[in-house]
Amino acid sequence: MSFDNAYESLIDDNDETHWAYGTGFTDPLSDVDRAVPDGVDAASLATYCLMLGDDALVMAQRLSAWCSWAPELEEDVALANIALDLLGQARLLYVRAVEVNPSIRPANAPAHVPAEDALAYFRDEPDFRNVRLAEIDTGPGPAGDFAMTIARLLVFASWRLALFTRLADATDPVLAAIAAKGVKELTYHRDHAAQWTVRLRDLAAGTGTLHATCYRRCATCYSTGRRGRAAGGPGRRAGPGVRRRRAGAAGRAGDGRGQRPDRARWRAHHGVGLSAGRTPAHRAVAPAGGVVMVDLAGARKIAALQHIAGWYPEAVW
Amino acid sequence: MVDLARAREVAAAVLDPELPVLTLADLGVLRAVTPDADDGVVVTITPTYSGCPAMETMRADLVSDLAAAGFDRVRVRTVLSPAWTTDWITEDGRRKLAEFGIAPPSPVRHHAGHVPLTLAPPTSTVPCPHCGSSDTELLSQFGATACKALRRCRSCAEPFEHIKEI
Repeated sequence: MSFDNAYESLIDDNDETHWAYGTGFTDPLSDVDRAVPDGVDAASLATYCLMLGDDALVMAQRLSAWCSWAPELEEDVALANIALDLLGQARLLYVRAVEVNPSIRPANAPAHVPAEDALAYFRDEPDFRNVRLAEIDTGPGPAGDFAMTIARLLVFASWRLALFTRLADATDPVLAAIAAKGVKELTYHRDHAAQWTVRLRDLAAGTGTLHATCYRRCATCYSTGRRGRAAGGPGRRAGPGVRRRRAGAAGRAGDGRGQRPDRARWRAHHGVGLSAGRTPAHRAVAPAGGVVMVDLAGARKIAALQHIAGWYPEAVW
Repeated sequence: MVDLARAREVAAAVLDPELPVLTLADLGVLRAVTPDADDGVVVTITPTYSGCPAMETMRADLVSDLAAAGFDRVRVRTVLSPAWTTDWITEDGRRKLAEFGIAPPSPVRHHAGHVPLTLAPPTSTVPCPHCGSSDTELLSQFGATACKALRRCRSCAEPFEHIKEI
């Protein structure tokens, strides 16, 4: 790359065209052990990677929405960084999913679109497999606020960290490698959320109302509890229902110790269960009364970002 | 017959796109340069962070720099395991970082299990790359890029970046 002339890179002799909307990440993973190990069902492994990838992608979208809306500039940067880490994890997981089960690649994606982009851009909302925790709207905007965002991040990062720590011993070596790498990043994410939780609680300590609000925010998010049923365990030794270990910070920050997961309270407030989202049935169900209190805006936001790629799928640059 | 020594030399000299004082070898990103069956060269690299956007540029730079040196059959492999760690940044690399004004990483402390949140003062200090004072504070673990944290020196009041340990 030449530093002399910025325009030189636009006129490239090699002319490596990239699909316009994606990353151009065409040779992402190579490693000694790419084959699916014996005893692991390829389709289940692919679905599992897809689920974890969707969690990360939707969470990345939610976090990056805060860029330019956070309380301070450094926090804009921090949340964007966390989102970028998660986006990277999503890419790696998507690549693995399509590699072990090529039929998972959306059929309507043009052939030249890289696999990870095909999954991100050419699936409809009901086909996303993220948990609701990742997609709930915590702001910016009337639906949420920064405290809620931090509380959700604390729960998400703690859960994902615990899960990935177990997955570092997964039977599938690629999933294990992605998890081992993710653990290091997630440690920083969780630490960041925990530090903010303590800070917000301290700030709120003076005012009973604020304290109660902040505490409730953490408790509400915390009450997502277990992930519900696990969708198979082909690539990991963890049994069904991998439990999220309580972050010491969450305990200190919100006096979470002694709290039982309160799924009933969550359901009453939001209309649907938080571990919902993993299957098409979950996504299609409207809660009793027909009013959708938890918007699927996370997935719809993705759909909104997808539509241009859908109109002009052949575009390259 | 592929001149492997020359290929290694060229690959090791490719600069980091974001920190152009460091080479891929300094960073510990370059893992191996090996011949492949058809008289080509295979360069093996490891990504720093999962979402690091510089990896694509590093890959392109490796291919083009090697092409300029006469190696027209180059393949770049990315390995995820073992995961990159700042411990792989060479002594030379650390020195260059400090000279450039970025605090180099300390050795990674290994924790068994989860890293607990502690409200005690941090035990490791990051000296200011400008004035050398150890009286510095953390502004954010997240800086302008995935790998850097933002700190401020209480002595000379300058902010500076720190390659955080991972």
